[in-house]
Amino acid sequence: MKREMICVSCPIGCALSVELDDSGKVLSVSGNTCKRGEKYAIDECTNPVRMLTSTIKVNGGALPVVPVKTSKPIPKGKMFDCMAAINNEVVDAPIKMGDILISNVCDTGVDIVATNEI
Amino acid sequence: MQKYDLVVIGGGPAGMAAALRAKECGVKKIIILERAATLGGILEQCIHAGFGLHYFGEELTGPEYAYRFIEQVEKTDIEVKVDTMVLEIRTGNIVVATNAVDGMLEISATAIILAMGCRERPRGALDIPGSRASGIMTAGTAQKYVNIDGYMPGKKIVILGSGDIGLIMARRMTLEGAKVEMVCELMPFSGGLQRNIVQCLEDMGIPLKLSCTVIQTHGIERLEGVTIANVDANRRPIPGTEQYVECDTLLLSVGLIPENELTRMAGILIDPVTNGAVVDENRQTNRPGIFACGNVLQVHDLVDYVTAESQIAGEGAAAYIKKKPRGRNHYVSVKGKDGVRYVVPQNINENTDKDVKLYFRVADVFRNARIIVESDGKVLYNKKKPKLAPGEMEYVIIKAEDIRALEKKELVVRLEVQQ
Repeated sequence: MKREMICVSCPIGCALSVELDDSGKVLSVSGNTCKRGEKYAIDECTNPVRMLTSTIKVNGGALPVVPVKTSKPIPKGKMFDCMAAINNEVVDAPIKMGDILISNVCDTGVDIVATNEI
Repeated sequence: MQKYDLVVIGGGPAGMAAALRAKECGVKKIIILERAATLGGILEQCIHAGFGLHYFGEELTGPEYAYRFIEQVEKTDIEVKVDTMVLEIRTGNIVVATNAVDGMLEISATAIILAMGCRERPRGALDIPGSRASGIMTAGTAQKYVNIDGYMPGKKIVILGSGDIGLIMARRMTLEGAKVEMVCELMPFSGGLQRNIVQCLEDMGIPLKLSCTVIQTHGIERLEGVTIANVDANRRPIPGTEQYVECDTLLLSVGLIPENELTRMAGILIDPVTNGAVVDENRQTNRPGIFACGNVLQVHDLVDYVTAESQIAGEGAAAYIKKKPRGRNHYVSVKGKDGVRYVVPQNINENTDKDVKLYFRVADVFRNARIIVESDGKVLYNKKKPKLAPGEMEYVIIKAEDIRALEKKELVVRLEVQQ
């Protein structure tokens, strides 16, 4: 199996071509012009992760929502599950920067933390 | 009339970094005047991550990046007036402002730093035929609705323009349950960062239609759909390629314009390409003691660069306030040509004692082009870059001794493109 992708490690944006076997193991990476491209391709094919940012509803604050983020990148495939958990949550003001608002969201081992004060 | 050493207009990342650096350089009485209710500027609504990779070496969200500077400002004796609108800069560096507490304010300043940021190009600038139905707004307006006010402005979205705010909002609206049908881009390439194309569009399965634009909006009360069409090399719609797309919301991400009303009123020279002031290497404008930095000077891709530029302006203002000896300014002029759209700063003091970073943008996507900086045929810099794109600001550093040694007081930044 072959996968095409664009490397985002730097602004050059090399067009990468990744050869995978049936189990999803990376056999080869081509098209990259540096080592970071190879690592990016392998990560993207085996364990793609993303930072997720959103907002959570707040009671009794100056604003109706507080911005939040995952404390670490989460598996890309879990983004929408985590969004559902975030949208089910309501928290009370006051909230401080870095407060943990949901711990271990969707069993990812990652927390949802506040990124502003309300 | 109140007297300050330094008045900073705007309390976003540019204004805060400039004020803080001026304070570090020993300026005593500093005040920041901010139009919004809090410091932080546009970062407060940019809740996505990706800020600070250059400046802090870690990935922060917008509010987190702003908070680091707000905390620092609060630790100093820098005064801050929020909900305060600056109306005018009079001759003699007098700043006229107004707010609900003080009424009218007149502040006499030794130096002024302009840090008003930029705003989005609105629908009115595009002349898209159609009624004024609700549901048509800039991407930044939608960003405020979702991230600050906590509600969704629509369910079925088309985005015109692939600037970074549009790309970020494509992902944000999708994560919140909206269907983003497509992003249309007039140009044959995106003006957004590559990372955003991958992580905001490809991750979310949103098609990016290049050389494509919206030629008509439909709906009277509420937007019901748009007609899109492909465009030719001259950006004219190609007859026969029209397509109707049903949607209730059209987001515009079609460019940013530095907010320079005050600058123009003050008679400060404006660069017609950047739409920001013409400045020297200290970010001083042609009006002595008035400096400019951040997106009001040139639209940046990264806030990290805004911070760096604003620190230069803060230092420049501090030096001006201390009246460091520096007779009349004799400048080396800096120009871009052959694919280089503009260069900031536009002037450099001919006896500068600091190396100068020349920031510039290119007009098109170039591969393996050489960046050349020269003066009267003498080459000061010549380096090949694998890729240059209009969406990525570039810079080169020119040594102070090279600038001082120039015979002809002119520097040209140009590209040499391989055929």
